[in-house]
Amino acid sequence: MSGHSCSLLFPVEDDREYSMSDYQGAQARWCPGCGDHSVLTATQRLLASEQLKPEETVFVSGIGCSSRFPHYVSSYGFHGIHGRALPVATGIKLHRPDLHVFVVMGDGDCTSIGAAHWLHATRYNVDMVALMLDNNIYGLTKMQTSPTTPEGYRSNTQPMGSFLPALNPIEATLGVTNASFVAQTAEWMPAHLYATLEAAYKHNGFSFVRILQRCPVFTGDIYQDAVRNPDMIEMLEHPDGVEVPDLHQIYQNISRHDPRNMDAARELAEKMDRIRVGVFFRDESRPRYEETRHLPLHTTDEKIGILNEELDKYAV
Amino acid sequence: MTTNSGATDTATDERRTDHEIEVIRDRMHTVEIVSDSGEGAQKCGQIFGAVSAKMGNGVWTVEIIPAEIQPPARSPAGASGNRIRIGTDEVTNWGDRTNVCVAFNEQVLVARHRLDAIDSGALLLVENMWKDHRDEDIRAEWTAAMDELQGHGYRIIEVPMEERCLTVVDDARKGKNMFALGMLAWIFDRDLDLTRDQIAHAFRKKSEEVYEKNVTLLELGYEWASENLDVRIDVPPGLEGEDMVVMNGNQAVAFGAVAAGMELAAMYPITPATSVSHQLGEIFHKFGGIVHQAEDEIAAAGVAIGASYSGKVAFTITSGPGLALKTEFLGLAIMSEIPLVVIDVQRGGPSTGLPTKVEQSDLLATMFGQPGDAPHVVMAAATIEECFHSMITARRIAETFRTVVIVLTDANLATGVQPFRRPMLDPVWMGSRPDMSPVPEGKPPYDWDEETGLSQRFIPGQPGGMHTLTGLAHDEKSRVAYASDINQKSSAMRSRKLAVLHSTLQPPKVNGADSGDLLVVGWGSTKGAIEEAVEAAREQGLSVSSLHLRFLSPLEPGLREIFQRFRKVMTVEINYSDEPNDPFITEENRRRGQLAWLLRANTLVDVDCWTRVLGEPLRPGVILDVIRSNLPKGGAA
Repeated sequence: MSGHSCSLLFPVEDDREYSMSDYQGAQARWCPGCGDHSVLTATQRLLASEQLKPEETVFVSGIGCSSRFPHYVSSYGFHGIHGRALPVATGIKLHRPDLHVFVVMGDGDCTSIGAAHWLHATRYNVDMVALMLDNNIYGLTKMQTSPTTPEGYRSNTQPMGSFLPALNPIEATLGVTNASFVAQTAEWMPAHLYATLEAAYKHNGFSFVRILQRCPVFTGDIYQDAVRNPDMIEMLEHPDGVEVPDLHQIYQNISRHDPRNMDAARELAEKMDRIRVGVFFRDESRPRYEETRHLPLHTTDEKIGILNEELDKYAV
Repeated sequence: MTTNSGATDTATDERRTDHEIEVIRDRMHTVEIVSDSGEGAQKCGQIFGAVSAKMGNGVWTVEIIPAEIQPPARSPAGASGNRIRIGTDEVTNWGDRTNVCVAFNEQVLVARHRLDAIDSGALLLVENMWKDHRDEDIRAEWTAAMDELQGHGYRIIEVPMEERCLTVVDDARKGKNMFALGMLAWIFDRDLDLTRDQIAHAFRKKSEEVYEKNVTLLELGYEWASENLDVRIDVPPGLEGEDMVVMNGNQAVAFGAVAAGMELAAMYPITPATSVSHQLGEIFHKFGGIVHQAEDEIAAAGVAIGASYSGKVAFTITSGPGLALKTEFLGLAIMSEIPLVVIDVQRGGPSTGLPTKVEQSDLLATMFGQPGDAPHVVMAAATIEECFHSMITARRIAETFRTVVIVLTDANLATGVQPFRRPMLDPVWMGSRPDMSPVPEGKPPYDWDEETGLSQRFIPGQPGGMHTLTGLAHDEKSRVAYASDINQKSSAMRSRKLAVLHSTLQPPKVNGADSGDLLVVGWGSTKGAIEEAVEAAREQGLSVSSLHLRFLSPLEPGLREIFQRFRKVMTVEINYSDEPNDPFITEENRRRGQLAWLLRANTLVDVDCWTRVLGEPLRPGVILDVIRSNLPKGGAA
């Protein structure tokens, strides 16, 4: 998402500086140890770093643990209904391209009940940041299998273990026509998380970021090996994607991947041997729907003139 | 008789005097043009209707539509075309039966006959190419059809449409409609210059050659009729002088949305609502407006809500099945007090039902479809003109009351074409840009006025207004409610707004005497047919009046008082209700018409009902029969 620095409605008139605490909303009520906290902090850091005006920033979410996110940010927030954050965000951007829009979804929200919107929002390529906080489980409703739950993983709805192979959201997003930014990061790698959020924000288009995340209550074990063993992680780096040199000491599997190479991106996304983080694909030249549809507004008098001309065609 | 003809020369005029011509003078006359799908009967009907309107006749045009795009040829189920009712005065409904029918084959004519759509004594002009067709089966079908049509007093004229059209075009299927238009132009003495203009408009996207051919066919039909028919019909125009526009209800909704200043429509294709977006697709961009065709009905609601939330009120257009899908989003908009306008162009239901046919079965679903207590506004347009003006009212109410306004129209209004008084556009209708001034410190996003429940809406971009809107129960600061009294209070505030709106409404005006034996209550597109029937009944000396409601939620004030002045009150609606004498049906378990249900609950008056779901608009003659059989026995009130 590119940083339009001023609203169309209000020119920049104050030069106050915003610090992280200016973006502090209500006290977060997520469980201790929940990965959502780390995403919230990284996001607030980004808002402060980019000096986004709270009144020109909108966080849109669906329903689920992660969808409480807007309540905890001091900006405009829209905590809507399950799976439908993306259409709301699309409506906001279509009508108000001047606003900075962030969408926060969970894995059930995005890849299950809202899957149709995920596909189409990717294709619309409206300039916004879409964060999918993927803890592989339904948390708020207490441990039901989600599309990204690993095969065989036990839940309250599938106590014998999940019956199906887990859905691969990166692979799926890359498969959608007009995808323009597809990235993956992990909440236990704060530096990488921040760099990825920053790249997503700066990308002009629909920036899809899957954030791997631990739910300490229901899926605390899923990523535990990866958290403990950096060898299970591979960082995809490129100047046009993200580069986090500070992490090179810890994460030594580093591969250079040009995010303009879709074929390579798809191949990397399919591989299950390691967890790959970084920008899989990025192409800023793809058409953005809100720009394609953008039209100048008219005054009321102009509209009445045009409307009368149109009505003339139906005059008796 | 004068003629406006430019097509006939002196010789033709002489030939015309060769035979005696009967002129039928009538203040109201109905015409149908029916064909297989794709033969252009609808275009013929639309042009005939438009020309008649321009000549100063009242007009009501309805489409006769099969559900399929290309149903089998020569099948009764495939009958496609138009009914055009023209009058000296305003025409408010499609009438009972047609007086003239032009049919491109005998099967579609039989279809209309079987639907009891043809008046006894009607003039039927039927293509005769099938009579001597080389296919034996077709010849047999022709004979059978003609036998079936015998004995009903019809005046059947066989017309060599194919043969005559082939002198001008290679494919007569693409020309008969204009030949038929020519015949009708002669019969009804239509202005041929106006007709040519209208043809030019109808084929404006085609070449000059296409226009020329169509005009030649028109003149050919005109000439054939003048030489071969011995009856003309004179419906004197009586509406000259008024500044009018002519369009269908969906076009009126589209124009109304523009006049209401709305800038974003989100929709997903669904019959019979979609053509609103076709109209908008042609004009909306000129006003800076966007028609967003969403990935599904739910997303269409979401996009409209997102747009409304961040600025000017947006709207979404749908029909029954789509409305069902939007339900959860409507609940969110009501709960979080986001203004939104929803158009429901009703069709037959439930489920896929009768996609192209009229019904009024969504009333209770639009009112009570959202789980939880979800007070919002429901209005119904009664005429095509009201389709236009409802949009302005709806946008304004949605904004003032921070709520959802559902506007009900139906397939009858959507496809019916009628001239109406040209709206004198008012800048006030367009509303103003949202107030984006900084929010005073400490002012909460739901600063409910304790009396009215009204509050100012904060819009993204407005400094100091930051809050998180939520579908969860919330307090005036939009904080998630954990205390039990907050839900009670916020529910009261949302509900109060309807009472406040109710307090601003005028009691509805009774059509006819203020008291009497029977009051017929209707809503939506049935107004014209009900009032025509009631007027006919009053002419027969019956003590009947009618009442037509535009606001269904909240209901218009004063209903109980009005009802009490009549000995009997009943609704007439196009939705299903149990017949009182059917098996198992008792006074206790009888499911009544949807408006009747609502009125009984709200007024405690024993409101009866008569309803039908035949997939067609109500006929005034049928309503008249209903009135007669429902008049309470005994002396006058």
